[in-house]
Amino acid sequence: MTKIEAIIQPSKLDAVKNALHEIGIEGMTVIEVRGHGRQKGHTEVYRGREYTVDLIPKIKLEMVIADALVEKVEHAIVVAAQTGKIGDGKIFRSRIDDAIRIRNEERGENAL
Amino acid sequence: MRLNLIPRRWAILWFLFSCSHLWALAAPAVSSAPTADVQAQRISNLEQQTAEARSSADNAWMLTSSALVLMMTGPGLALFYGGLVRKKNVLSTMLQSFAMMAVISILWALVGYSLSFGSGNSFIGGFHSLFLRGVGLQPEADYSATIPQQTFMIYQLMFAIITPALITGAFAERMKFSAMLLFMILWSFLVYDPMAHMVWGKGGLLNAALGGHFPTLDFAGGTVVHVTSGVSALVCALYLGRRLGYPREAMPPHSVVLSFIGACMLWVGWFGFNAGSALAAGGLATSAFVATHFAAAAAVIGWCLAEWWRNGKVSALGAISGAVAGLVAITPAAGFVGPMPALLIGLLAGAFCYYMVAAVKARFGYDDSLDAFGVHGAGGTLGAILTGIFASSAVNPIFRDAHGNVLPSGMIDGNFHQILNQLVGIAIAWTLAIVGTLIILKIVDVTVGLRVSEEHEVMGLDLSQHGEEGYYWDVSA
Repeated sequence: MTKIEAIIQPSKLDAVKNALHEIGIEGMTVIEVRGHGRQKGHTEVYRGREYTVDLIPKIKLEMVIADALVEKVEHAIVVAAQTGKIGDGKIFRSRIDDAIRIRNEERGENAL
Repeated sequence: MRLNLIPRRWAILWFLFSCSHLWALAAPAVSSAPTADVQAQRISNLEQQTAEARSSADNAWMLTSSALVLMMTGPGLALFYGGLVRKKNVLSTMLQSFAMMAVISILWALVGYSLSFGSGNSFIGGFHSLFLRGVGLQPEADYSATIPQQTFMIYQLMFAIITPALITGAFAERMKFSAMLLFMILWSFLVYDPMAHMVWGKGGLLNAALGGHFPTLDFAGGTVVHVTSGVSALVCALYLGRRLGYPREAMPPHSVVLSFIGACMLWVGWFGFNAGSALAAGGLATSAFVATHFAAAAAVIGWCLAEWWRNGKVSALGAISGAVAGLVAITPAAGFVGPMPALLIGLLAGAFCYYMVAAVKARFGYDDSLDAFGVHGAGGTLGAILTGIFASSAVNPIFRDAHGNVLPSGMIDGNFHQILNQLVGIAIAWTLAIVGTLIILKIVDVTVGLRVSEEHEVMGLDLSQHGEEGYYWDVSA
């Protein structure tokens, strides 16, 4: 089993979710995060005082999927989330030792 | 079965119509030639009814104004200040204003009103109206001949409430709640009551309406409310020192939305503050209302132009701050100047206060967190000076000679002396605020301690002082 973590632009969430649903992925976790890679932030001014905001809002998607689907999922995310500009985000792939369904204690890929 | 209502409706109307004729039957028949006595009695009745009608109108306006001014503190100022602080301090900031609504009211009822508006000497009233003794429904002719004295008293209370609340902007996010309460109690006795007495009280040194020695034109409290609170705020900011992390750490307002709502409430409430200071519902109230509004509008433009020139953008926080600055500056002038000078006063105040807040504060590095000095202290001072220039006897014939002839008010009337009187009033306000506040800060520092601990400041005052959180949203239900 493989964990896919994708950090994407907030405006691309709907597109990515739809793309994943189309290939049969329905379980995922969506988290609102802030961060940056090489993307610059912006400045805000309140009563003459400048504040640099360099932690930019992003969306992080996490999902654990069967190994067979990994290539399809990564491709779907990239196509849906891409704009070609800095700030598009990143995908990380890692190995998962086990998964358990809390309802009936099923384990392994059956639990996904 | 559907009831046929039409006949019933007509029956009711006919019945009421018949009843109205009973009044005619009860009235005495008109005799052929009323005697002089009867006529004199009727004229006397008419005079009394006219006076009562006028009194009703004035009282209705004054009670409304009192409510408007209270709304300026809660929730106007509470929201305005609350939105400007960090999320972890929102409740404590709002509670500082709200607490004044409770604490100052008690003090005022017990002794504050007596000290401010009772007869005494040039500097302070006395204890004649202790516990509001003698403050009933009869008018107090020296102050306002057409409204009950209790109306006057309650109206003035709302000013006494908001003035200390303004100071809280200077030491936001770092002052102990207990210290703040003690500070405000002492401040209301040592600074507010004397200043209110000097400008508005019988025998007051600066009272323009009642023959004070240095008549300072202050219609609704430019010196009494804004200069005293604003300058005290600066003293507090300097004495308490900067917030931890200021100015390196980012401390942007956690909700300009709340501040926006508060500022709009302040604008509307200010009609009670300024137009209500006419103490009657007549033409002077209109004049003050109009001047107030135009000053606010022009000040928005003034601040925004200055901001646009400096930053390239007009901000929401800037626009609402501009409005407040204009309202502050027109406060002493409202019932003395015409609409065109009001526009000019507003425009100047907007630009001037922007400069004070965005440039001067940064240059000197003091942490007047919510710009109580930059807007109220500086704006009030500017407004008081401009009042001496633009006061017109055509708007308000406040100065009269021994024969009752109208004398010139301000510089545009040809009275070049008035500006000096304004400066005296301003100087007294500054001095009283500085000296009084320093003494009080020292007392409170030595007894209770002024600042929260570093740990508590980092934790936030909502949690450390009040055991609460403003927004319990992030935690799952």
